[in-house]
Amino acid sequence: MSEAVIHDDHHDHDHKPTGIGRWLFSTNHKDIGTMYMVFALIMFFIGGAMALVIRAELFQPGLQYVDPQFFNSMTTVHALVMIFGAVMPAGVGLANWMIPIMIGAPDMAMPRMNNMSFWILPFAFTLLLSTFFMQGGAPAGGWTMYPPLVLQLGDALPFLIFAVHFLGVSSIMGAINIIATVFNMRAPGMTFMRLPLFVWTWIITAFLLIASMPVLAGAVTMLLTDAYFGTSFFNAAGGGDPVLFQHIFWFFGHPEVYILVLPSFGIISQIIPTFSRKPLFGYASMVYATAAIAFLSFFVWAHHMFTVGMPLTGELFFMYATMSIAVPTGVKIFNWMATMWRGSMTFETPMLFSIGVLFMFSIGGFTGVMMGITPVDFQYHDTYFIVAHFHYVLVPGIIYGIFAGVYYWLPKWTGNMYDEKLGKLHFWTSTISVNVLFFPMHFLGLAGMPRRIPDYNVQFTDWNQVASVGGFAFGLSQLILVWVVIKCVRGGEKATDQVWEGAHGLEWTLSSPPPFHSFTTPPQVTDATAHS
Amino acid sequence: MSVKIISRVATLCVTVFLSLVCGAVAAETMPLNLTEGVTPTSKQVYDLHMIILYIVTAIGVVVFSIMCWSIFHHRKSRGAVAADFSHSTFAEVTWTIIPILILVAMAIPATKTLIFMEQTGDSEMTIKVTGYQWKWRYDYLEEDISFYSTLSQDSNIARQRNSNVDPNTVENYLLDVDNPVVVPVNTKIRILTTAADVNHAWWVPALGWKRDAIPGFINDNWTYIEEPGVYRGQCAELCGKDHGFMPIVVNAVSKEDYAAWVSEMKGDDTGGMVKAAMATEEAAVITTEAAPAEAAEEVVEEVVAMAEAGAEMSKDDLLAKGKDLYAVHCVACHMAEGQGVEGLFPALDGSAIVNGPKADMINLILNGKNLMPAFRDQLKDAELAAIMTHERNSWGNTAKDMISAADVAAAR
Repeated sequence: MSEAVIHDDHHDHDHKPTGIGRWLFSTNHKDIGTMYMVFALIMFFIGGAMALVIRAELFQPGLQYVDPQFFNSMTTVHALVMIFGAVMPAGVGLANWMIPIMIGAPDMAMPRMNNMSFWILPFAFTLLLSTFFMQGGAPAGGWTMYPPLVLQLGDALPFLIFAVHFLGVSSIMGAINIIATVFNMRAPGMTFMRLPLFVWTWIITAFLLIASMPVLAGAVTMLLTDAYFGTSFFNAAGGGDPVLFQHIFWFFGHPEVYILVLPSFGIISQIIPTFSRKPLFGYASMVYATAAIAFLSFFVWAHHMFTVGMPLTGELFFMYATMSIAVPTGVKIFNWMATMWRGSMTFETPMLFSIGVLFMFSIGGFTGVMMGITPVDFQYHDTYFIVAHFHYVLVPGIIYGIFAGVYYWLPKWTGNMYDEKLGKLHFWTSTISVNVLFFPMHFLGLAGMPRRIPDYNVQFTDWNQVASVGGFAFGLSQLILVWVVIKCVRGGEKATDQVWEGAHGLEWTLSSPPPFHSFTTPPQVTDATAHS
Repeated sequence: MSVKIISRVATLCVTVFLSLVCGAVAAETMPLNLTEGVTPTSKQVYDLHMIILYIVTAIGVVVFSIMCWSIFHHRKSRGAVAADFSHSTFAEVTWTIIPILILVAMAIPATKTLIFMEQTGDSEMTIKVTGYQWKWRYDYLEEDISFYSTLSQDSNIARQRNSNVDPNTVENYLLDVDNPVVVPVNTKIRILTTAADVNHAWWVPALGWKRDAIPGFINDNWTYIEEPGVYRGQCAELCGKDHGFMPIVVNAVSKEDYAAWVSEMKGDDTGGMVKAAMATEEAAVITTEAAPAEAAEEVVEEVVAMAEAGAEMSKDDLLAKGKDLYAVHCVACHMAEGQGVEGLFPALDGSAIVNGPKADMINLILNGKNLMPAFRDQLKDAELAAIMTHERNSWGNTAKDMISAADVAAAR
């Protein structure tokens, strides 16, 4: 005890707490970042296992392995786990690790809140996943929780609602922390327009979180009172409106899409300049385009529910607003291309995954424009076409961005180079299998296969089999990632401070791995040392 | 290094070649594209889909070619030296303006089609479609015809887990129903969608649109089918356990055939419920084996009247009819052997209510409880009596008595 007191007085000695306490009571942005990342990886495999149950059942027509109700639980909980358990925590974990280092701060602005925002997550997911053992089974009404269907849930309903509340609390605290850190703890000379793009995308994401998570919390609270306290917000028989829920949900839901994607945009905006050995093209327009996407994301929610029956003017407004998002998104893609143009490119794993994002996120973008066209969406809506679309955006778009970031910063985190051969193997097996998995879903959707069905007409058999083979191949490919990470943590070629030849920015001025408390003396940032 | 590049290029070529071969084979045997459909709407939607698909494909080809060219030429291993430009106002304005122009070009035909699709006026007839868990109800508002439409028995048997029936041997597996919705061609038909319990969505791809069916609200749609034929679709909004098992079949026939169908429907059953008509027709056949064809209609009416009065149905009649009706209205939740689904839908086999006082059971089936819908307005006294009688005499149930239509009528 006395020893601990003495050590507390000497932060600059790079003192690490030891044992389980280091993690349980951690206020260190790197340790918390690591916990977020490990948690996200575990959730990625849990959600992935559910996806494989879905793909196994859909391998052929007829019901082979699961009952329809359990199948619906699989689609529902797969989505909740992947969105709230894998992608969002991975994004926050990267923010925790990198933002203080990138802006020259010693730690996050509110370290204890940081600890709490992480440790809420395991509790929230224990609540959610425990529903599999309850009367009536796990949530099965879709991750969108539309009433009246969601109200038919058994004992799982309050658990679902409180899990969502906890996740929202965690996200909002994380977002406040990030905003407070960036606004108050930038090193001297680190002006806003010198911030690395990853930091910029995260500030914008954090504002989206603060604006949209309370809306979701409100929506699920209304579900709770409808179910247990006799209100009729969403019950037509009591004067309410089931469609109201959809409006509220998607007012959260569409910004949520950008909450997921913007950090990945930020990551590849760091990586592409590094491996092109050329500054990021159009830094200012990247920032403005990101802000424009975030702003517009609050005005397009109804494109998720075109078939709900809206007035013509409403449909036209949301169609035009949706199409307009293609413009800033296009600007970002073109800027990344222009960054690569006439560069001196090498193709280490982070760059491969970033290029994967450029190609395959664009495919998701194209189908996004197609579905933004309201009259055609009346055909595409709720078919496998939309399943293909958002999986192209989420997997080889967003998750590839996260993979790219992990490979890019892994040597910085661990002090060891990862195994480049295995990294490339991970990229190529993933990229081939992810397309085998998701591309045929476009055909299935156009041919008329609705989403969220456990069984289908025999005409859809062939493409489903192709997709299932791709699904299992993609799932197995992810084991390579685990192998690479474990191998890298345990040892390997020592990484230099700069790690990558073309890397610029404050994170590369610290040792690899960085000291436990990042910058104890703030660095001076000038145009020359800023990343761009 | 050059060997490495050659092997990569070779791999790429093989991959592209294989994809093309697979694509060509697939086009022959596997469905790939949106249906063109059989209505003016579906054709416009198809054209719009193809235009946009071509545009985005063209953009994709251009953008991906530039990226590939850059990736190939601007690589360090080829000795490329990095330039250091990071701005170009001209380029940035260009790649903002051009997408805007392309989007405007897409928006114009899209707006036209959307306005066309929303013209629900001037319809010649109206059908109200109501989604239930998990069946559809169709009401022909002008004709006073209404009936339920559920998954056909062949599919329903084959789709059970471990049914040992190969779906490939079932005709129109999961896309066939007992009572298709019959409509005339070349007629502007107004289709109203709504639901009784949770959200559903009514979707027949050949008509060119889907629309949500929402409890408490009515959505307005229209269609105008130009070619006679049978068009199949499915519920497109997750509606619970059997969401995948409530197909839609539209049988578009000539106006003459439609008129004949209408008069047949009305002639058979002035009350409206085709189910009752069909069931009683069967009963009529059983009870009047020797009846000449011309007299059959009269006999049916007589049996309907008897059934409605509830007086003349024997226990055997009720059991036979109840078994069929159970398979349509009850089996989705309470399952084929009355075993229910644990935690969601109670078992009827051994149930305290099914084996208890008649009045409690009648009250529950009439008024519903929790997830159990009220069948008060869905089925007739005789039908409800048949179902309950069947349940009280089936599986391990010990009540073994009979509930008559009069019992149900008395409880209303």
